[in-house]
Amino acid sequence: MLTMDEIKKRLLLEVAGLHDIPEGAYNIRADGKSAGRQSSAHITITPKENGSGLDIDIQPGTKNESVHIPVVMTQSGLKEVVYNDFHIGDDCDILIVAGCGIDNCGNQDSQHDGIHRFYVGKNSRVKYVEKHYGSGTGSGKRILNPVTEVYQQENSFVEMEMVQIKGVDDTNRTTNAELAAGAKLIVRERLMTHGVQNAYSKYVVNLNGAGSSADVVSRSVARDKSYQTFDAKVVGNAPCSGHTECDSIIMDSGRILAIPSLEANDLDAALVHEAAIGKIAGEQIIKLLTLGMTEAEAEEKIINGFLK
Amino acid sequence: MLELRNLSFSVTEENRDKEILRGISLTIPDDKLVVLTGPNGGGKSTLAKLIAGIEQPISGQIFFNGQDITGLSITERARLGISYAFQQPVRFKGIQVLDLIRFATGKNTLSVADACDYLAAVGLCAKDYINREVNNSLSGGELKRIEIATVLARGAALSIFDEPEAGIDLWSFQNLIQTFDSMRRSIPNSSFLIISHQERILNIADEIMVLADGRLEQSGDKEQIMSELIGTTSAVPGCRKVEGGDSSVC
Repeated sequence: MLTMDEIKKRLLLEVAGLHDIPEGAYNIRADGKSAGRQSSAHITITPKENGSGLDIDIQPGTKNESVHIPVVMTQSGLKEVVYNDFHIGDDCDILIVAGCGIDNCGNQDSQHDGIHRFYVGKNSRVKYVEKHYGSGTGSGKRILNPVTEVYQQENSFVEMEMVQIKGVDDTNRTTNAELAAGAKLIVRERLMTHGVQNAYSKYVVNLNGAGSSADVVSRSVARDKSYQTFDAKVVGNAPCSGHTECDSIIMDSGRILAIPSLEANDLDAALVHEAAIGKIAGEQIIKLLTLGMTEAEAEEKIINGFLK
Repeated sequence: MLELRNLSFSVTEENRDKEILRGISLTIPDDKLVVLTGPNGGGKSTLAKLIAGIEQPISGQIFFNGQDITGLSITERARLGISYAFQQPVRFKGIQVLDLIRFATGKNTLSVADACDYLAAVGLCAKDYINREVNNSLSGGELKRIEIATVLARGAALSIFDEPEAGIDLWSFQNLIQTFDSMRRSIPNSSFLIISHQERILNIADEIMVLADGRLEQSGDKEQIMSELIGTTSAVPGCRKVEGGDSSVC
């Protein structure tokens, strides 16, 4: 059993869906220290010698196993940069759950910058889930600046689910991916900002090998006076296929800049981008009103569905 | 019972008022199925929207079960028991068919099995649709049947359908008519207002009302009105292609 207070437990539930210690390998970081760590028969978690993060080694052929590495922070004014490197062998099939929850009740900014690097072996399948969440009534900001780097070898498959729904004041998200032949990357980002929050999300996906493909899709909602930038670039350096899409809802005085972009450096690179920004369609609200909802209830259902 | 008293509606086009409905008065008693027909542009859909509260009349009153609901919102009218099926149903990214049926019943905990019953009633193979998103991946016909299922799920005292037969592709008129029949049986004293030009839908009416150029031109028992309508654009036979379609996509 982990020794954590109720706030940390709540954050852990929000970002990793954990009520208690997870099965399989895990490392739970709370206020800058490890609150629990466990390796498994096929997955080894080792702290880096300089203390800057973790090395997670997953043996070739590891299947149907999971790694949880959530971070929770409740100490106002704490700022940290953590490097976690995942070395995933060939022919694996694993689930990695990360994420960070910050509760800041003080007046100093709390900041966690998680730099995650994934070295994915041939034919491996990885599902990566990263949730970010902020809470607390203090005037100090909750800041998260994750950097994700993905290096995919031949015929590997990576699916990334990146979610930030509530409470993070300032975020600067960077995701870079390099794909070898036959590799496939799917990204599903869901983002909601409110208050005066600011979110910047940048992707650069390089499709370097023949037959590689990427599908980067962001759904976001900007409420109140928040501002978002979605900047996704797919680069085709070989015969490949790539798609990026940004679908956004703006409410109140929310603002969004969407910059999907493509670069084809090979004649057989097939690349597509789409972007749409708009308010909730009036007829969607009306339909739900005719089912007996109030306008506020209807908006909530539409947004929840959109970000589901 | 629904009663409209001297209801008028107009819009402003190019700085001129255009009358859409002119002093409509009518009554839809409990336990009656009324079909509203008439030429395109005659004001039928507008009348349905005024009853549901989506549009507001410039004059006149609407009474529902004796209560003046003219000033009530869409939500308030829905909660009193007025249900409305859109002519062109709305699509929602991310909201699943199951969600929409749960919204309609007002029960967040409605079981999947119970939700499936509503889909089966409109001829949809429930397991194929219950988790689908109500988005562009659905055809117009599928969406239309899901729309009808949401009205079915509401079980309201008054259900309004705006051209329910439009775009039902593979589904036959007969199944649509059976759906109305079973709705009437399952909701005691329920009344229906169905906007349609189709002869086979007119045939199931207790009463027919003809709206043309914003005025209620005729109103009365089915037998009385049908004999006058046959052969006009207000009563066209069902499309053969639709009638010959499969009775179900299951």
